[in-house]
Amino acid sequence: MSDLVLFDVPGPRTRRRMVVVNVLAVLVVAGLGAWALVLLDRKGQLAADLWQPFLAGSTWVDYLLPGLRDTLRAAGLAIVASAVFGLVFGLGRLSGSRVVRWLSGTVVEFFRAVPVLLMMIFFYQGISQLRVVEPRDVPLLAVVLALTLYNGSVFAELVRSGVHNLPHGQREAALAVGLRPAQSLRLVEVPQALIAMLPAIASQLVVILKDTALGAIITYPELLDASRRFGSGNGNILQSLLVAALVFIVINFALTSFAERLASRVGRLTAGAAKAEAPPLVVAAGADR
Amino acid sequence: MDEGYLDQFLSLFDQFDVLAAFWVNIQLTAYAAVLALVIGTVLALMRISPVPSLRWAGATYVTLLRNTPLTIIIVFCVLGLWGQLGLTLSSDFQTNFFRLAVLGLAIYHAAFVCEALRSGVNTVPVGQAEAARAIGLGFWPAARLVILPQAFRGAVAPLGNVLIALIKNSTVAAAGSVAETSGLMRTMIEFRPDVIFAIFLTFAIGYVIIVVPVGLATTSLSRRLAVAR
Repeated sequence: MSDLVLFDVPGPRTRRRMVVVNVLAVLVVAGLGAWALVLLDRKGQLAADLWQPFLAGSTWVDYLLPGLRDTLRAAGLAIVASAVFGLVFGLGRLSGSRVVRWLSGTVVEFFRAVPVLLMMIFFYQGISQLRVVEPRDVPLLAVVLALTLYNGSVFAELVRSGVHNLPHGQREAALAVGLRPAQSLRLVEVPQALIAMLPAIASQLVVILKDTALGAIITYPELLDASRRFGSGNGNILQSLLVAALVFIVINFALTSFAERLASRVGRLTAGAAKAEAPPLVVAAGADR
Repeated sequence: MDEGYLDQFLSLFDQFDVLAAFWVNIQLTAYAAVLALVIGTVLALMRISPVPSLRWAGATYVTLLRNTPLTIIIVFCVLGLWGQLGLTLSSDFQTNFFRLAVLGLAIYHAAFVCEALRSGVNTVPVGQAEAARAIGLGFWPAARLVILPQAFRGAVAPLGNVLIALIKNSTVAAAGSVAETSGLMRTMIEFRPDVIFAIFLTFAIGYVIIVVPVGLATTSLSRRLAVAR
């Protein structure tokens, strides 16, 4: 239902009243904004020399861009690894063998219920203990592993619910032309499920990108960490955190709009319904819907 | 796993209060959930209202907050709001950090509450709104008597997901110097690196025990409340 169906096309009196309400609302919203600016100004946070550094090239070259590079590196690695993890466990959840189904189901539900930060800290401390990788690479590895286990499990769930949401006719037709169940899954159902789930997968990429910021807690030098170092060194922590947030917002907004556009485009390539939302986090642990 | 390993692991519980740490996360979740529900409902009303400027303001809030990492928001609350702007929510140091973290969690999850409520509104068929208008109800009576009661029922499942995300995200309060589970797990592993697996599993299973019943409850509640169509 469109949000606009809640009310009628306004008549002259309603339109007059709406102009008044609109002006009042603008005043309230603008007033809140102005109030925030006044408060900031009173604390001296609007001083030009606190904002100026973000126009200087060196700030970006020395701090923010290396941070962004590390953010994108962790996100990129995690996306590739989660895709593999998700496909393997998604197929596992659809497998004909009950043992494989139960095992993949347990793994997927477990990692979706555990906070990503706990996994990150565990891997950070665990891998440091093993002393098999360069100490320098431990935070990256911990971030990627934790993000992979969580988001891979979400992807697995997307694959499963994508296949479940296809019309029965797809599988029946595949079996009728002589394909075996595994072939039907591989050649007919999963490809269509993936296309239907593309928008949801794209919005999960936003989650991966945002969660890389957790790496700052385990000393991974990503964008948040870089901006915090820059801010505490230059006495403009508030400003540099806002700039870092802005960079994240711009990238994520682009990804989100892309996901929404995708949702309206891919509909005709699949028998399933394209959805822009990830499935529920916990449906019912281990149980098939 | 010999007897010694288990004994050593169990002796940790005498030194560290794991349950108290989980209690902190549950409290963070509870306060933040109430606050996020209030802010989120206001935002959702703004987004479905006939006033364009309110719709725009609600949509902007959601877009900005939803696309910012929670970690940045929590760090901002502590280093920015408290450290720079001097916003103090309590004279007690620990309580202050706790309330700042609740604030950060709430303003972040309010955006998701708003989207959950809106998706609830989307489950109401157009015919319901049209019928309400046809019998002469205006915006407020139609919203209050026809649309919202159905929308809240449809929003139970997505709201449950937001609650689960909030429970797990309460660990991010560690970025705001709140002593909670992820920080305690870190300290315990530093103290006893030899039983790292048992420590991690303890905390992980703790979260499974909290999250799974919430998931099951909201799923069954949303089925029970579902409007038959």
